[in-house]
Order: sequence, then structure tokens, then C-alpha cells
Amino acid sequence: MAENVVFHFDIDGEDFSSAGGASVTVKKKLRQLGIDSEQIRRVAIAMYEGEINMVIHASGGTADVIVSDHEITIVLADHGPGIPDVSLAMQEGYSTARDHIRSLGFGAGMGLPNMKKYTDSMKIETELGRGTTITMTVNIT
Amino acid sequence: MKISDLSAFLELRVLSGDPCREYDGVYSGDFLSRAMSRVKADNLWITIMNNPNVIAVASLTDAAAVILAEGVTLLPDAQNAAGKKDVCVLTSPLSAYELCVRIHELQKSHAGV
Repeated sequence: MAENVVFHFDIDGEDFSSAGGASVTVKKKLRQLGIDSEQIRRVAIAMYEGEINMVIHASGGTADVIVSDHEITIVLADHGPGIPDVSLAMQEGYSTARDHIRSLGFGAGMGLPNMKKYTDSMKIETELGRGTTITMTVNIT
Repeated sequence: MKISDLSAFLELRVLSGDPCREYDGVYSGDFLSRAMSRVKADNLWITIMNNPNVIAVASLTDAAAVILAEGVTLLPDAQNAAGKKDVCVLTSPLSAYELCVRIHELQKSHAGV
């Protein structure tokens, strides 16, 4: 790949019916680029979790995916409330999702843990009242 | 084994997609993040959740099919999404537990155990 391939998405907040649309699109694009199916799966899972988090907690945001020769970078940015305790939020099973969100099948407290599990690196930059930016990479082998 | 063979054995009703695909393994659960991390490519996913997000998760995980237990059918938005994403969805009056048992029995007989 001579140049990086970049995809940008605006994630609509509170729209659960279309949540995950960006991840599905990225999955298709990565297939077209000939990326290994397991790496595509990892990107899709991590990005979907991030997308859902932005819809649930931050009224949406943006998602950028950069594909280079050696890695896929996913940058998820929102202007939501921020994460008060990142280490607590990283624990499996911890969730602040409300009941109506849980009734949709979300709020298992697996979002951030899944994002970390399925990527090779993850950085969380968050500020209360300002928003959160999560940068994840998946290595291309 | 093909989903269509399983469908005939369990009298499943196809709600969306092509049941001719082969499946391998089963996951049962309703929390989407759990399913996201546990459903493997070509798995059957048994759930009672029927919203459009189920279709997104099935598509992203490359599940062979979603089987809705307890006679659940897809909500209109989910039906539409399943058609667009070409996700195979079936429904059964059986519970998730009964489906798992019956599928296991079929697998055993199919393997000649």
C-alpha cells in the first residue's frame, strides 16, 4: 500500500438502530483491501464497542480509521462527559449504562475490556466534561 | 453441517437470509458485548434479542446464523437490517436450553458418536 487509506465517520448519538454501521462499513472496506480476516474481526469488534459506547454515553462522536502497511489505527473521539475512573471502567462487568440501554442487550460492562482485548494497543485520553478520545491499533502481520 | 439440515431437523422457520451455509459451533447469550467477544466465525448464535443491533453483531462476528429462541421474531428494523446485511436468521418455539440440547444431540448423531 503506497499511501495510507483513511476512513472517517460521524457517529450519530442515541441512534441505536443504526449503531454499528461504521464498523460494518470498515469491515467491508478492509476485506476489499485484502486484510487478513482475523485482523478484520479484531478491528470490527473493537470499533463496534467504541461506536456503541459513544452512542450510549456521549451522544455520538467521530471515528477515523487509518490503514497503513503495518497497522490499522482506530481513533474514536467524542465530546461526552468523560470517564471519571478509567481503571474502574476497564474492569469486566462494570457498567454505568441505564436500564433501557440494558434492555437492548448493552451494558454488560465488556465494552472497554473488549476493545483492549482485541487490539494490540489502546490509549484513553479523557477529561471530565470535555470528552474522550480512544486510539487503538491492530498490527498487520 | 448446513443450517438448512439443522432447520429441517428442528423445524426452524427462516426469517431472513440463505440457510445453505455450513455452521460450526454454537454460542448462546443475550448480552451483545458478550456475544461480540464470544461468537466465532461460522457459529450459530442463539438469543432472544431481536433488535437491529443483533444483526450488526452477527454480521461483524461472521456468525453463520442467528436462531431466535422462544418464538421470538425480528423487529421490523431488524428484519430490514438482516435483509440488507444478508444475515441468516431463524426462529424456533424452543428455549435456548432446548435448542442447545437438540443441536448437541444432532451433532453427536451426525458424528456417529
